[in-house]
Amino acid sequence: MQPIISVSALSKVYSDGFQALKSVDLEIGKGEIFALLGPNGAGKTTLISIICGIVNASSGSVTVGGHDIVSGYRRTRSMIGLVPQELTTDTFEKVITTVRFSRGLFGKPANPEHIEKTLKSLSLWEKRDSKIMTLSGGMKRRLLIAKALSHEPEVLFLDEPSAGVDVELRQDMWQLIRELRDNGTTIILTTHYIEEAEEIADRVGVITNGELILVEEKDELMRKLGNKQLMLDLHKPLTSIPKELTRYDLELAADGHELIYTYDTKAERTGITTLLKDLGAAGITFRDLRTTQSSLEEIFVNLVRQER
Amino acid sequence: MNYRGVLAIYKFEMARTGRSLFQSVVSPVISTCLYFVVFGSAIGSRIAEVEGVSYGTFIVPGLIMLSLLTQSVSNASFGIYFPRFVGTIFELLSAPVSAFEIVLGYVGAAATKSIVLGLIILFTANLIVDIQIAHPFWMMTFLVLTSITFSLLGFIIGIWADGFEKLQVIPLLVITPLAFLGGSFYSIDMLPPFWQKVSLFNPVVYLVSGFRWSFFEISDVAVGWSLMMIAGFLAVCMGLVWWIFRTGYQIKS
Repeated sequence: MQPIISVSALSKVYSDGFQALKSVDLEIGKGEIFALLGPNGAGKTTLISIICGIVNASSGSVTVGGHDIVSGYRRTRSMIGLVPQELTTDTFEKVITTVRFSRGLFGKPANPEHIEKTLKSLSLWEKRDSKIMTLSGGMKRRLLIAKALSHEPEVLFLDEPSAGVDVELRQDMWQLIRELRDNGTTIILTTHYIEEAEEIADRVGVITNGELILVEEKDELMRKLGNKQLMLDLHKPLTSIPKELTRYDLELAADGHELIYTYDTKAERTGITTLLKDLGAAGITFRDLRTTQSSLEEIFVNLVRQER
Repeated sequence: MNYRGVLAIYKFEMARTGRSLFQSVVSPVISTCLYFVVFGSAIGSRIAEVEGVSYGTFIVPGLIMLSLLTQSVSNASFGIYFPRFVGTIFELLSAPVSAFEIVLGYVGAAATKSIVLGLIILFTANLIVDIQIAHPFWMMTFLVLTSITFSLLGFIIGIWADGFEKLQVIPLLVITPLAFLGGSFYSIDMLPPFWQKVSLFNPVVYLVSGFRWSFFEISDVAVGWSLMMIAGFLAVCMGLVWWIFRTGYQIKS
C-alpha cells in the first residue's frame, strides 16, 4: 500500500486540558475508502481537523502526499477537500458563486465545465442560481460536497456525511463516493453509524478516547473478530441440551425448536462437523440450518466495551 | 503566492457590499449629508471662517475621515467575524492560503470600500460646498493609508470579538468619540489651551489634521507628525495581525 497520508505520534491537548488525541499513528493508502469509526467525542473530528489545517497539533507530525502539513501546507491543503460535519454555508450566497469561490480559494483557475459536472453529479445544477438559504438540509450537505470537490482534490474528507441525509440520498452519496474512489480519489470518512462503514469502507479504524485502538481491512476485521452462529431448526423440540453435547457452546431458542451453536471463525477447527456427527448419534434431527455472522456494529460495541 | 485565493476572497467581500449596498454606501452618504445640514448650515452659518476657510468647507475632510474610520472598522470586522460566527471559516483555514493572503483579501476589500466611500462623500460634499484640493497626491495618500490602517484594526477586532456586542464596542465607544473629539468639526486651536494639550493624545487629531492640510494647507499639527502617526498605527496593526496568525489566537485551537 502506497500511503498518501501518514500520521505519526499525533497528540492534541486542547487549551482546557482535554486530551483529544493520544499519540495516534495511521497510514492511509492512495485510492482507498477509509472509515474512521468511533463514538461521539472520540477524537475523529480533531484528527481530521489537524490533517486539514484547522486545528494545530500539540505534538507529532502528518504528511500528505509526502509533504508535511505545516511546512508544506500549500501542497497538502490543495490536495485535500473537506466536507465538515456542521452544515456551515454562506447563507446569502448563490450555489454556483460559493462553489466558484471554493475553487478560487484553493488556487485553481476557473473551470466552468468542472463545476457544472460536479453540480450535476450532486443533482444541484438546477439549483445553481438559488440562494443557499432556500436549500434543504440534504441539499446543503451536497453543496458542501460540491464545494469540497470544486478544486479536484486527491483526498476527500467526509466528516459524518450522512447526518441528516435521507436513505435515498445516502445511497446516491455512496454511489458518488465509489465513483470518486474508482477515479483514484482517496476517501476518509468518519461516522458513528457502523452500517456506513460496513457498506462502503475498504479499511476501518476504530478510535475511542483519543486512541486509535484498531486499524484493519474491513473484511479481515469482520472475519477475525466476528463470531458466527449456526442455527438448526429441530424436528422435535428439546427441553434441555443433552448431556453428550454439553462440550459445545449450545443454547436453545424458540421453545426448544431451535438449537444455536456459537463458534469462532478464527479457530483452526470450528467444530461443526463433529457437532453434526454427535447430533446424529444423539438422534437429534433437523429440517433446516443457517448461519449468521456478527455485524461490524457488534464488533465495534465489543471493542469499545473492552477499552472501557 | 496564491493570487487566485486572494482574488476569490476579495471578490467575495466586494460582492457582499454589492448585496448590502444600502447599508454600505447609501447610509454613510445620507448621514454625511445630515452632518452638513446640522453643522454646515445650522451651526456653520454662525461661524464665519476657520483660518480663512468657510466652515462648511472646513469640515469636509473631517467628515470624510469620520466615515473612513468607522466604516473601515465595521466593514473589516464584520467581514472576518461573520465566517467565524457561522462557521464557514473552516474553509479559509483548510485552504492553501497564507495568513498574509487572507489579510490581503479581507483588508484589501474593506479598504477598497472605504476609499470608494470617501471619494463618494467628497463628491457629494462638492455638490454642496466648493472644495479645492491643494495636494491631491497627499490627499489620496492619507485616504488610502487611513483606510488600510483602520481596516486592519477592524480585522483585528473581528478576530478578537466573540459576540456581536464586542464587535460594536470599539467602533461605538472608542473610534466614534475619538473622531468627534479629534477635530473633525473644529480646529483644536478653538479649544482652551489645556484641552489643546489633551487633544494631542488623540491619534485621530493627527489623521484629520494631515488630511485637512492636503485640502487647505492648514493643519493643527505638522504634516510630518501626521504621516509618522499613520505609519506608526499601520505598523502596530500589522504587528498585531502577525501575532494573531502566529499564535492562532481565536482562530485555531
